[in-house]
Amino acid sequence: MSEIAPKQSNLPLEYSTKQNQLNILGFWIFLGAELALFATLFATYLVLVSRTAGGPGPEELYELKTVLIETFLLLTSSFTCGLAVYEMRRGKQAGMIGWLIVTILLGIGFLYFEIEEFILYAVHEGATMQTSAFLSSFFTLVGTHGLHVTIGIFWILIIILQVLKRGLNADTARKVFISSLYWHFLDVVWIFLFTLVYLTGMVS
Amino acid sequence: MKWDEFFVTGEPLIYMADAAIVLTIIGIVFVLTYFKKWKWLWKEWLTTVDHKKIGIMYIISAVLMLFRGGVDALLMRAQLTVPNNTFLDSQHYNEIFTTHGTIMILFMAMPFIFGIMNIAVPLQIGARDVAFPYLNALSFWTFFFGALLFNISFVIGGSPDAGWTAYMPLAGNELSPGPGQNYYLLGLQISGIGSLISGINFIVTILKMRAPGMTLMRMPMFTWATLITSILVVFAFPVLTVALALMTLDRIFGTHFFTLSGDGVPMHWANLFWIWGHPEVYIAILPAFGVFSEVVSTFARKRLFGYTAMVWSMVAISVLSMLVWVHHFFTMGSGAPVNAFFSVSTMAIAIPTGVKIFNWLFTLYKGRIKFTSAMLWSLAFIPTFVIGGVTGVMLSMAAADYQYHNTYFLVAHFHNTLICGTVFAVFAALHYWYPKMFGVILNEKLGKITFWFFVLGFNVCFLPQYVLGFMGMPRRIYTYPADAGWTELNVISTIGAVMMGIGFIFLCINVVYTYFKGERDLTGDPWDGRTLEWSIPSPAPHYNFAVTPQVKGLDAWWMMKKERKEGKEEEKPEYKPIHMPSNSGRPFIMSIFFFIAGFGLVFEWMPVAIIGLIGVIICMILRSFEYDDGYYVPVEEIKQTEAGRE
Amino acid sequence: MPAQQQKWLNLFMKVLPLSLLFLLTGCSERFVLLNPKGPVAEVQKDLILWSIWFMLFIIVVIFVLFAVILWKYRERPENLDYEPPDQHGNTLLEIIWTAIPVLIVIALAIPTVKATFELEKPPKESRGVEPIVIHATAADWKWIFSYPEENIETVNYVNIPKDVPVEFKLTAVGGMSALWIPELGGQKYNMAGMGMTLYLQADHVGTFKGRNSNFTGEGFAHQTFDVNAMEKEDFYKWVKETQASAPLLTKKQFNEIIQVGVLKDKLTFSGTHLAWVDFAKPGEHLDNIPAKEKHGTIKLEEVESDHHDNREHESHQHEGH
Repeated sequence: MSEIAPKQSNLPLEYSTKQNQLNILGFWIFLGAELALFATLFATYLVLVSRTAGGPGPEELYELKTVLIETFLLLTSSFTCGLAVYEMRRGKQAGMIGWLIVTILLGIGFLYFEIEEFILYAVHEGATMQTSAFLSSFFTLVGTHGLHVTIGIFWILIIILQVLKRGLNADTARKVFISSLYWHFLDVVWIFLFTLVYLTGMVS
Repeated sequence: MKWDEFFVTGEPLIYMADAAIVLTIIGIVFVLTYFKKWKWLWKEWLTTVDHKKIGIMYIISAVLMLFRGGVDALLMRAQLTVPNNTFLDSQHYNEIFTTHGTIMILFMAMPFIFGIMNIAVPLQIGARDVAFPYLNALSFWTFFFGALLFNISFVIGGSPDAGWTAYMPLAGNELSPGPGQNYYLLGLQISGIGSLISGINFIVTILKMRAPGMTLMRMPMFTWATLITSILVVFAFPVLTVALALMTLDRIFGTHFFTLSGDGVPMHWANLFWIWGHPEVYIAILPAFGVFSEVVSTFARKRLFGYTAMVWSMVAISVLSMLVWVHHFFTMGSGAPVNAFFSVSTMAIAIPTGVKIFNWLFTLYKGRIKFTSAMLWSLAFIPTFVIGGVTGVMLSMAAADYQYHNTYFLVAHFHNTLICGTVFAVFAALHYWYPKMFGVILNEKLGKITFWFFVLGFNVCFLPQYVLGFMGMPRRIYTYPADAGWTELNVISTIGAVMMGIGFIFLCINVVYTYFKGERDLTGDPWDGRTLEWSIPSPAPHYNFAVTPQVKGLDAWWMMKKERKEGKEEEKPEYKPIHMPSNSGRPFIMSIFFFIAGFGLVFEWMPVAIIGLIGVIICMILRSFEYDDGYYVPVEEIKQTEAGRE
Repeated sequence: MPAQQQKWLNLFMKVLPLSLLFLLTGCSERFVLLNPKGPVAEVQKDLILWSIWFMLFIIVVIFVLFAVILWKYRERPENLDYEPPDQHGNTLLEIIWTAIPVLIVIALAIPTVKATFELEKPPKESRGVEPIVIHATAADWKWIFSYPEENIETVNYVNIPKDVPVEFKLTAVGGMSALWIPELGGQKYNMAGMGMTLYLQADHVGTFKGRNSNFTGEGFAHQTFDVNAMEKEDFYKWVKETQASAPLLTKKQFNEIIQVGVLKDKLTFSGTHLAWVDFAKPGEHLDNIPAKEKHGTIKLEEVESDHHDNREHESHQHEGH
């Protein structure tokens, strides 16, 4: 679907065709919608955070250590994702794929700890989504972010396969770039999660 | 689940509908097979990514939904005509008003508007198509299958019955058991995907694909309206997505967002619903404003008065629309300061709206007004919408709203704005752009008969309802006692509804008549139009513009015609091959999987839901691996098509 | 053809404002919103009428402009060669038609805000009079009124003394309902797990209709009640009699009353359910939410009779259960 337009030499590869520019702008707007989606989930969480129905509240539940490891992994993955795009801009396909793989591994590490955290809450402390309004909103908010990370991992994997098959061209470069935007966005959402959910929850 | 619970049983009306549905399906299959049209259907329609064809499919679906919603309306009016009526029982009535509201807003108004945007916007800005034609097809098919899912509730499993606002805890598992409410949640969720994608698609199209020379302040007003509407869609629809998802979790997975148990907050649903719901009202009305601006300016033969103010008033309306949602529930006890704030912000919307009304009036002033069908709809809009507007201001006064709330005054008000705004607009647009869609002009005489039946019927139907509100008649009651004194006005109201129904029948007759005997539009510019869509042949060729137009000001085509009249020589067009996207059946197939997943969730049959979701994911992966560069329309073909003009 | 349509259009323009005028002249009993029987509804009526005058002014201005412009600038056989001027806009005019609505909005906003704050308190006409507290609990689909001070509970009717502000404590079992007595004043929602306050007052003796105005499902249309406003002496006489003679409300009986379904009887008890449950407290309703039965439980014939004796003053207790 890429429209063949004269290549403008001063633009990075991912911006080099008209259709690519459209796709990237479209994705930015999609991220705007995602922002509205997460904002709604955050608002829901803040409305329901004190409604524990006799179940555990945030201060009894949250495990600082796991959350710190998750934060560290995800922030680092955002950095390595940036390095991948940097390598791509330099035309270094192998370096780019290498950093993308590191990004995926860090993402998987993040998910591992997040799932462990969920299991700890749900199985060991009996705090499930069905326990109280607070826990419904907690699991939905954090889980939606986790689901996004999961999708991101598979997405980047698929793109790596395409780069291996086709090499770096305008199309694949665009896909790498857009998926990196997505990954950074998830990082930003996590920062809000970390402060508004975990830190605030543990302080109060 | 037993079969007699799976299919809705026990109502003669339902059995009649069952029979009608089966007969229609048999009829369609027979006609397609007999005329050997299956391949044509697949190649030309189901797999198309052409914005004009997608627009037409949107409009056809919307008209079908208008029929369904209209039948619902007539059934309700029939029930309310006389006191203590037993035509419908309470349960049936509740289902009907729920589906009426949901269908009219989400499956009639929205797709009708998206259909018109699809047809008009790329042509107005001189673009070859929308930015993402494949996604555009996906938008349509998710809408279509979402609507289908919602509609089958009528014969399979039972319809939702908690009102289109689905307030909790009424819509929760305890008070609304069964699949009905799940249909609402999943039908809306699936079609919501399509709305969001359309919003993104039009923003990118308008921002990035305008013909050279068309600055933002030279865009036709309908394109402006589409841009602002799309921004509203992008920011409002995710809220609905979340709200529906949370209620789905509550109903199917036992969470406690809006439930009474587990410390949930039912009021949070009302907030989320209206944070989406109020912008949604403007998503339905701003494009209507755009249509009226185009039509009024064309048939008054005058440039739109106060173009800049028109643009800024729409921006102001869209911003305010995000800040007024509490006025839907002043009575929920938010306290005086909150209610006061939302009262004033709501009243403030009247100011930019008033500016628009006066600008339309002064576009007419010193014009040469031609009363075509499209223009009649636009003119009727002005006075009737003013009534809807001023009653809106009355409702916005919190202290007074404690009395108006939940009465027929409110019912009359929102029908007054939504019908005179959106419905009049889509009818105007249908008459206006019909030649561009099909190459034929809708019959004017039948158009005017439709108009008078519908508009007079509208006023006969809804003006008495304001009075009923003052008499204390609450909305959503399925019957009332004889001593309430509401009978006469309800009879009048029903007469009006029947007139509107007759109007609709004349519209259908017009479409059929025009198909066989309609006047062909050979010029491509039957109304002496002002914007670029009238510079190309009717119906628009599949590649739209043979040569990308150069825009020198507002009303680009009007300026070109003027220059031509002044004897300016035109350059001979130099055709180049035009790049086109390939058709794809995947949006259609993917939406079927969405439908399967949705259906599985409605009945809480998880294996079915998982199969559907896996199908969706596979379609997305296949799309990612697809590298299709489309094809080119050769110069020869362009020359041939363009030569056929005039 | 256009001229003929013009005539229709003009006629149509005339009919619209007329129907609104019809509204204004409607001071008859049937226009309950404009027929207040207490100070709260009076405030609301004044606000409504104040806004109607402005709105009529707007409607008249726009309709007249609209009709004149359409008539004057319609296309006629003799003006076919008229080319309209290329007008872009007119800043002065645009400022005027922005400024006038701004003024109108201000003129409406000030009394609105004032009235909205005023209605959060007991009516100012009876400052200094101690309000009588009545808990109004909406259950699907009936109304339960509890007098905590007097220790009385009534179902589907409420007796109030004239000229005394009533502090309704609103809550619900089940669906979100709204207590609405149009002649006494506007509504507020009754919500389970929530308590809200609505002040109303009657300054006339009489029986007024009250209802749930917020949709709650099948029996919603029948969820009505009577408000009997009486002289103070009569009211306290009724209180005394009821305390002495009405049967004591038992938990079992109360749980039967709040089962989902239409209840046409008017019941009276001594003692209130507040003794063991307060639905305004979050979590209190948990064991008390009755499950809804399958469709089609409500038949009009069964509940119809409920409407005929609506107006009749009925304060005897029923031995319904």
